Amino acid sequence: MVPPDGRPADMAAPDESASPRDGRDADEAGQAPALTAAALDGDRRSLARLLTAVENRTAIAEAAMRRLYPLAGRAHIVGITGPPGSGKSTLVAALTSVARAAGRSVGVIAVDPSSPITGGALLGDRVRMQLHAGDRDVFIRSMAARGHAGGLASTSSAAAAVMDAVGFDLILIETVGTGQSEVEVAAAADTTVVLEAPEMGDEVQAIKAGLLEVADLVVVNKGDRPGAQRTASQLRAMLVAAPRAGTRGTASAEGVSRPVERPRPKQPVVLVTTAATGDGVPELLAALDAHRSGATAGSTPAARRSRAEAQVWAIVAQRERERLASDLLRPTRDAILDEVAEHRLDPYTAADRLLETLTREGPR
Amino acid sequence: MTDRPLKVLIAKPGLDGHDRGAKVLARGLRDEGFEVVYTGLRQTPEMVATAALQEDVDVVGLSILSGAHLTLVPKICRLLREASMDDVLVTVGGIIPDDDIPTLTEAGVAAVFGPGTTIGSVGEFFRANARHRD
Repeated sequence: MVPPDGRPADMAAPDESASPRDGRDADEAGQAPALTAAALDGDRRSLARLLTAVENRTAIAEAAMRRLYPLAGRAHIVGITGPPGSGKSTLVAALTSVARAAGRSVGVIAVDPSSPITGGALLGDRVRMQLHAGDRDVFIRSMAARGHAGGLASTSSAAAAVMDAVGFDLILIETVGTGQSEVEVAAAADTTVVLEAPEMGDEVQAIKAGLLEVADLVVVNKGDRPGAQRTASQLRAMLVAAPRAGTRGTASAEGVSRPVERPRPKQPVVLVTTAATGDGVPELLAALDAHRSGATAGSTPAARRSRAEAQVWAIVAQRERERLASDLLRPTRDAILDEVAEHRLDPYTAADRLLETLTREGPR
Repeated sequence: MTDRPLKVLIAKPGLDGHDRGAKVLARGLRDEGFEVVYTGLRQTPEMVATAALQEDVDVVGLSILSGAHLTLVPKICRLLREASMDDVLVTVGGIIPDDDIPTLTEAGVAAVFGPGTTIGSVGEFFRANARHRD
């Protein structure tokens, strides 16, 4: 009903989303209380259906979220990201086993890319997560990214909040295979793990801006391969050596004005694991816990604040797009877009005009 | 309600290790615009039912070449029903003797796709017969 985020076609193809929604929305929202209550009661089928509603951004999801969101915030949400084939799914499976042995329930959200051409997707992460089929305290859900760039689906955070609310202790969000700049997962997670495979590159790769900067933990997986330890040492050398002290505004005594409290990249811990055998995975769980307890003392409020901001902004943007896409505005919108297409109007002025129109005569 | 892709589970229950067909189908259905969850080899009926439930799929496609279909398929259908997933479309592909098809249909299978079936016709069947929910 609502096209996924980030598709350029959003504005061009608004027809279905506009008018016939309301009746169906009311019907749907009516199912929400029962479904939510059953999911909170531990019914996994209802949880699965809620997650579908969240993915499809239906009215059920909105109604359910009003009830569930206040109950969330207790789980440890861990983002796991890294290049394709670095072993994310295998590591998620290994972490799940270790966490289960420690008595914690585990929810997994595994994101794989959608085809930009057909909209289809091949969700293959479960292949590596076979061990926990009979265990009701493990819940694995695959999600297609549905055109959303950044490594996650636009609804991944909301799905994690649902799992959090129904009581999972540890939630692992596995991104699509990422390159250097898909940093969105850091906003979705309390703790961000970036995976690297051995021989990922030389030291220059480690000092480039981007993904590694948002890592709380860097894991060199496939630790049984040659070069794993050397890759870990290189990463440690380059990532941990960054100067950090003295950035607070203490400089006035020297009479020099230095920048006060500039945002700093994180200082990740570097670990080596072999997910396929489980080597190093208990240590990883311990490091996750340590990060969380450290973060709870210090920086988690900031991480949660930025997650809140990302979620709310995404919804605001989506709502604005929906309003702009409404039939009411169609004539104005089409005229303005035509002008831009013909280069008679620049895109900035066009956007200003559309927003003005929205304020003046758009749907509430 | 074509606004969201149908979600399909392609599963290989049982012990045969031949999943080329399942992979080709999974890939082909991706190209047909489905969201396809692939489970990998050697699934127990419980694993298939768990995956179908957690993923909230619209269609379960079972690929079996081992000859164990008369044991595995009815069990999977029963587990799905017990999990109140009786609205999920169950289909079977692989090597299935014609004589066995009525038994499978009886168990709850909507269609059996033998060798030579085109991916396009499988996609068409799914689109025509899967329930559209939400």
